[in-house]
Amino acid sequence: MLAKRIIPCLDIKDGTTVKGINFVNFRDAGDPVELGAHYSREGADELVYLDITASHEGRKTFTELVRKVAACINIPFTVGGGINEIKDVDRLLNAGADKVSINSAALRNPSLVEEIAKNFGSQVCVVAIDANYENNNWICYLNGGRIPTGKKLYDWAVEAENLGAGEILFTSMTHDGVKEGYANEALAVLAGQLHIPVIASGGAGEKEHFRDAFIAGKADAALAASVFHFGEIGITGLKQYLLKEGVSVRI
Amino acid sequence: MLVAIIKYNAGNIYSVDYALKRLGISPVVTAEPEVLLKADKVIFPGVGEARTTMNYLKDTKLDLLIRDLRQPVLGICLGMQLMCKYSEEGDTGCLNIFDVEVKRFIPQKHEEKVPHMGWNTLSIVGEGLFTKEQNKQFVYFVHSYYVPINSCTAAATEYILPFSAALQKGNYYATQFHPEKSGTVGEKILEIFLRL
Repeated sequence: MLAKRIIPCLDIKDGTTVKGINFVNFRDAGDPVELGAHYSREGADELVYLDITASHEGRKTFTELVRKVAACINIPFTVGGGINEIKDVDRLLNAGADKVSINSAALRNPSLVEEIAKNFGSQVCVVAIDANYENNNWICYLNGGRIPTGKKLYDWAVEAENLGAGEILFTSMTHDGVKEGYANEALAVLAGQLHIPVIASGGAGEKEHFRDAFIAGKADAALAASVFHFGEIGITGLKQYLLKEGVSVRI
Repeated sequence: MLVAIIKYNAGNIYSVDYALKRLGISPVVTAEPEVLLKADKVIFPGVGEARTTMNYLKDTKLDLLIRDLRQPVLGICLGMQLMCKYSEEGDTGCLNIFDVEVKRFIPQKHEEKVPHMGWNTLSIVGEGLFTKEQNKQFVYFVHSYYVPINSCTAAATEYILPFSAALQKGNYYATQFHPEKSGTVGEKILEIFLRL
């Protein structure tokens, strides 16, 4: 049976991992390759590396990092951040990434999704959507949640699928950082509408939240950052818990 | 030991290269017939579209060469599908090493998404690439077309229906999943191939 996926997300700035990380028995938690290898050993199913550097120099450093990750890590990984055109995608896939995640660039220029799918296949194209629930609507945001757009989550997700997206990574800005669970109702609506996998993001605080995202939210994968980085939830223990709760996971 | 990875117009080639390097092997990535013919092991990887890729193989005569190889050959993902007789993807005649036709997944329920993407379990049928250790273990798949169960099936997986996760016939081995992305389980399978 196809397993539900657990995906730690690592934010990268100038080639190192950001966010306070507190691991025991760990050589260098700031080293994204080391940290990725650690998660892989713990049972992570995929990794996401998000480049939050803005500068051109930083981009080069990130591409170098992607190369190192590809050389060292034996599970699939997605890269995102700062992908604006097809040549960025080409550069990152060539460096060894399995998939790319595009967010603002897809909202600004939806044909980029089509272009990626046509050139590299839908399976490499993850469309990330940051949306906030306001006035009874899920509004999509640009630039890491700073600029609201006229697009609504459900419409944009369907449009992205039709353009050739292989997966939708939905981050609820409403739930992100609150640690009270994922946006399960919206996730379930997406799962009912789409024919491609949905990755839940934003809101994980307890193991139960992952179970709810998979069962109530019908998500195919769940992404989290700080609960893993701070060691609040271990992936091995999380997966044992999910299995006991009847969720199919890889152990 | 000389391990050659067939270089052609497909993605994923360097992932296999990296995976072998992690196992301490430095493969050559090449389209040179002499090198491919004399290699101890040949790997035929691939992510891409069947028709475009098959046309490329024909134009470069790699299609004939692959059929002439006598050492252990491992096809991965699209590589495995191209080793079959025919693919529904682009209505493409393929290498006909395995006498079976590649079909597109047709979902029966809304939850059955195509591509089949993620980790799924193996049921080992044959030996060759596998030991009992890999039975029920998870490996990583990404594909929209599948090879039905047939007399060459070495491992099966179930998604929408049971299909071939691996094939074997003589010196030709193939996996639908990506051993190079399948964690330690995949590494073990690559090691078994390298020891053949």
